[in-house]
Amino acid sequence: MPEIKLYLGSRVAIRKPEFDRLLANLAQAGYQTIGPRVKDAAVVYGPIGGLRDLPQGVTSEQTAGYYRLKPSGNERYFDLTAGPQSWKQYLFPARSELFKLAKENGNWREELLNQATPKYAFIGVRACELSAIEVQDRVFLRDDFSDPIYRQRREQVFILAVDCLHPGGTCFCVSMGSGPAAKQGFDLKLTELDEVFLLEVGTQAGLDAIQDLSVESLAIKWQEDAARCLAEAARSMGRFIPDIKSVPDLLLNNLDHAEWDEVATRCLNCTNCTQVCPTCFCWDVEDATTLDGKTTQRSRVWDSCFNPAFSGLAGGNIRPNTKARYRQWLTHKMSTWVDQFGVLGCVGCGRCITWCPANIDITEEIKAIRVGARE
Amino acid sequence: MKDLAVASGTATRSEALIAPLWAKIIEIAPEAAGVSTYWLEFEDKAVRDRYRFAPGQFNMVYLPGYGEAAISISSHPGRPERIGHTVRFVGNVTRAISRLKRGDVLGLRGPFGVGWPLADHQGRDVVIAAGGIGLAPLRPAIYHILNHRADYGKVTIIYGARTPSDLLFRGEYDAWSEKGMEVLITVDRGDEDWTGQVGVVPILFYRLRLEAERSMLLTCGPEIMMRFVVFEGLARRIPQERIFLSMERNMKCGQGFCGHCQLGPYFICKEGPVFRFDQLAGFFNVENF
Repeated sequence: MPEIKLYLGSRVAIRKPEFDRLLANLAQAGYQTIGPRVKDAAVVYGPIGGLRDLPQGVTSEQTAGYYRLKPSGNERYFDLTAGPQSWKQYLFPARSELFKLAKENGNWREELLNQATPKYAFIGVRACELSAIEVQDRVFLRDDFSDPIYRQRREQVFILAVDCLHPGGTCFCVSMGSGPAAKQGFDLKLTELDEVFLLEVGTQAGLDAIQDLSVESLAIKWQEDAARCLAEAARSMGRFIPDIKSVPDLLLNNLDHAEWDEVATRCLNCTNCTQVCPTCFCWDVEDATTLDGKTTQRSRVWDSCFNPAFSGLAGGNIRPNTKARYRQWLTHKMSTWVDQFGVLGCVGCGRCITWCPANIDITEEIKAIRVGARE
Repeated sequence: MKDLAVASGTATRSEALIAPLWAKIIEIAPEAAGVSTYWLEFEDKAVRDRYRFAPGQFNMVYLPGYGEAAISISSHPGRPERIGHTVRFVGNVTRAISRLKRGDVLGLRGPFGVGWPLADHQGRDVVIAAGGIGLAPLRPAIYHILNHRADYGKVTIIYGARTPSDLLFRGEYDAWSEKGMEVLITVDRGDEDWTGQVGVVPILFYRLRLEAERSMLLTCGPEIMMRFVVFEGLARRIPQERIFLSMERNMKCGQGFCGHCQLGPYFICKEGPVFRFDQLAGFFNVENF
């Protein structure tokens, strides 16, 4: 067999056991390899060393307020659908320590925390997740200012994307234009077929990681299989938002719609939707102070627009009820996000639907607001 | 791309979004019941020398162990080495600040936000309508106009508070009048010594002779007051593009990252706190938005 020359944009195939060598190479290059694992009856992210750690033959059944793992009926490793966690927790951690202060002679002395920035390789990033990272890049890496915690983590992350061939019951990436094929923003991309992984090289770092893998050229059949599976995936979305382009104006023109009152009777303000959302970025700061008042530790933590204190002011709460909070969440996600960051804040991953204990479905809410809506 | 430093202000360090710079309280001036002005000086002379602010901007004021509060700067923009924050003791942070003494230190990050667009409106008559603590972010604008008096036409300050003892900066009204500003004061409830106007701020509009085509209106106060002030301004044909409001929201970062201060498409800390009324017109009457 002639030797295959690899370059940026190369598309080749590897036999599945070669995947372990790829992960070993990444580990060798100093990355912590993080990927999907089964834990507590859900697919979550954690350290993985190779194929043996991946949830082979597992997928999930999802609908509003419902998530159960089930056998996928095949031997593939990446037929998973989105679990409760997203990659957000690695780039924008739920808690980041900012600094520590100690009081000495009436003055506060700052102890800068010397935290090494972890260097992650994300394994198995789906198209919706790539889009979510892109959305958060726009939030945290603005032209005028960039967030140091996010930036340092983001700059050194390695992304191994995977085409999503098995969307879940609450997925609607096709409506949002974010999937199911991973098109950009990766170092390497896999497409998983029964017998091989197809591999596409996105960056030099990706190229470096596969230099010593034994690769094969793409058989026509594999390319056809991949295209067929992707087309099938695009057709099997569990949810759909028609005419997404009209949604930003629809919401802002109907801030007094009766549906806001209706959904408020069901929403529990539990904040699940914002915790599982891969794009939600709101945060709070906290001081943890020792009882003697002499040292304090300041941290940044995820916040949620559903928390009552979120919009609290000394003179009263700006959004004092569930109606106002749900309306803020949905109009931000699906409308004003565009004004702020140039894209919608939703990528269609479906997590907010699956993990809502009250079965509230963002696609259904938009549908309900169309009924009797003002133009 | 800069790190989260501050445009013209406190920090050049990469962690500046996060880490405050320390300023010493050099004087505490009681202004009214439960309101004092804290005069602050950065401890680091280099910071003191480069710090500048525009009228209407704010700092995040930090008291370790209690947290930060967004507080507007109430002092003279031409004297940025000595920063005044007029604080009403109403929240966790501000109540803790009320227990501080001269010589204590506070953390500052800032200045943040977009201030009053005075430079774009030279030659205009200016109506300033403030309620309660809302006079604090307008005082730097008043100082700016006094400093550039020839650049502006007729200047009218209408100001109201709940009671006479809640009126801020009372010692300055005469000086403002002497420099050719009309100062009209009202209180919601008088006391036995009060001989002035009683009533809410918007009623003072009935005493104005406005030339709408050459006027601009700046307002800050409780949202309900601003709603009626805007109404009075529009009714007198001041165009909405020349009506400016300073908005208040919960804030944690000051640079449009933490999400708390959103008002529709805006981050009040970044696109505001001062807005043109036409920017807000679509949301201003939506309850709890």
